Amino acid sequence: MAGWTVHEGLAAALALQNVDTDQLIPARFMSTPRSQGYGDYLLYDLRHDDDGAPRPDFALNKAEAEAATILVAGRNFGCGSSREAAVYALVDAGFRAVLAPSFGDIFASNAVNNGLLPATLEAERIEALLAGGPCRLSVDLAAGTITGAGVSERFQLDPVWTQKLINGWDDIDLTRAHGEAIQTFAAARRQSAPFLWPAQRGAD
Amino acid sequence: MSAPRTFFDKLWDGHRILDREDGATLLWVDRHFVHEGSHHAFAKLAERGLSLAHPELTFGVADHYVPTRPGAVPSEDVARMIRTLADNTARHGVRLFGQGDPRQGIVHVIGPELGLTVPGLLVVCGDSHTATHGALGAYAFGIGATEVAHVLATQTIWQKKPRQMRLHVDGTLMPGVGAKDVALNWIARLGADGGRGHAIEYCGSAIEALSVEGRLTLCNLSIEGGARSGMVAPDEVTLAWLKGRDHVPAGAEWERAAEAFLALAGDPGSEVDREVRLSAAEIAPIVTWGTSPEEALPITATVPDPAREADEAKARRIAQSLDYMGLVAGRPIDGTPVDQIFIGSCTNSRIEDLRAAAAVLAGHRAKVPGLVSPGSSQIKAQAEAEGLDRVFTAAGLEWSGSGCSMCVGMNGDLVDPGKRCASTTNRNFRGRQGKGARTHLVSPAMAAAAAVTGTLTDVRKLLKERA
Repeated sequence: MAGWTVHEGLAAALALQNVDTDQLIPARFMSTPRSQGYGDYLLYDLRHDDDGAPRPDFALNKAEAEAATILVAGRNFGCGSSREAAVYALVDAGFRAVLAPSFGDIFASNAVNNGLLPATLEAERIEALLAGGPCRLSVDLAAGTITGAGVSERFQLDPVWTQKLINGWDDIDLTRAHGEAIQTFAAARRQSAPFLWPAQRGAD
Repeated sequence: MSAPRTFFDKLWDGHRILDREDGATLLWVDRHFVHEGSHHAFAKLAERGLSLAHPELTFGVADHYVPTRPGAVPSEDVARMIRTLADNTARHGVRLFGQGDPRQGIVHVIGPELGLTVPGLLVVCGDSHTATHGALGAYAFGIGATEVAHVLATQTIWQKKPRQMRLHVDGTLMPGVGAKDVALNWIARLGADGGRGHAIEYCGSAIEALSVEGRLTLCNLSIEGGARSGMVAPDEVTLAWLKGRDHVPAGAEWERAAEAFLALAGDPGSEVDREVRLSAAEIAPIVTWGTSPEEALPITATVPDPAREADEAKARRIAQSLDYMGLVAGRPIDGTPVDQIFIGSCTNSRIEDLRAAAAVLAGHRAKVPGLVSPGSSQIKAQAEAEGLDRVFTAAGLEWSGSGCSMCVGMNGDLVDPGKRCASTTNRNFRGRQGKGARTHLVSPAMAAAAAVTGTLTDVRKLLKERA
């Protein structure tokens, strides 16, 4: 996964709080292979009416928001299910960052694992960004800032995650460098607490 | 003399392999459960030509997509999801509790049931309700597909230590009130993000008095309040429940294990970041009215009225929820007609849940259709031995096989658009049970009461009538 430090793009507002991962991608789309792209499924049931036609009054359906790569949303964005598909839908739809007062813990972790920035800003700052129409913003991971016309904010992100996004690290590669330490730990654990391994019974 | 440690401190320390400079810790994973959703992770492994680090600590469970209704024919997509899990587990030498296996069931029901989850373990699964296993004194949490691939390849996971909350519930729960109500109560008070960034330890006399099944229900809902994990320190109740289960040690090994399990309890004087105290006696049977688990009220309350809400933004949100749910502001919640009920899911589908529902339904005909899906094949067999299935079918409800079923609808068990379902599940999000579905989260007794009257109902009224 490629790392990144600065992203400049169009920010669009989703003036909703508690946007859960069922809204981000309804379950019925999740049996499709990722290779087909999940972008079209993003917020599907909020974006489309019962006949499958895009709702013209939904913020993200408007022409002015079409090229958006930054999403601004209310508190607790990405709450609910651990489905990483919710992140795939955002990434495949072209988003690079989500700005919100808070995020679901699992969603935030999944986002970072896919190069998507979950940036925390105070509620009042988010309110200000939600109030205007789509605007161009620049996100700087190293500086921890979001800037644009009349906008200059600092955002919060766990330093562990900042490094991961900037470097595009894959955890598996990092971990395999510690193979010996893991083996030593497992062997010691098995010795001192064998009852923590599943006991075998009958039919198994 | 080292500082007193909390129960969670002991769990965290016990799994620490190493700390990274940037603040992440590499933790050992004792148990990894994988369900049909793991296809993304196995695909990542295949892309990289990696094999499983510890197949013997990995367990496959078919639950999200398995058909539960007799005679149901899965769609091609659904069949493919189930087959892919079977292929992946076979290829990697992983034990699978698959479709048709006599021990198959919902992953967070069978893990504990089979004694695969015991105190002191670190348990992960690509499902946010993995927190359920915390009831047995394990550090259990949900992970995403990338993390699943990492665990498969290394049997470890990187985490930053969460903050800690102790949620005390003291006193005695009133009749008709159970663990489901305790959970929805704290989530309504603290919000759907109240536990965000925290590991929760549930404690207090009311928690100690809960059965293990009650604790499983409580811990299951931790994520709905934003906490990735929620747990109860192991005690004699935990030990009594575990002893003799399939994968739990026996004999001298059991004695050794039991001693180690009890020693996990937090030290006196140990400190957490946040303490919350609730009074058990104040908790009433609770119902969600909106589209977040935090939008919940006692059954005795009235539907919120946006006109009475001073905060404009909050008033707008209430109005939006009422519009989706088709509710009228100010009307009593008790008496809201329902179209159907569902008893099932990793939240409430265990034998005590089925007994509680059957106790309310016995002798009655349901006024609305409903589906009852036991949490596992073993629970199904036990319920049938106790005659509970006959109570449900005599009432006119459907009795099915085990799986996630109507909680998430992935297997085709859906609530139709605009239909109102009283459900023992864990999420009332828009469209969760089906596009346009209207979900009211309730306890099993309350779901049964809704079936009896055809409306959301205070189950305590029905219990009084029988007394």
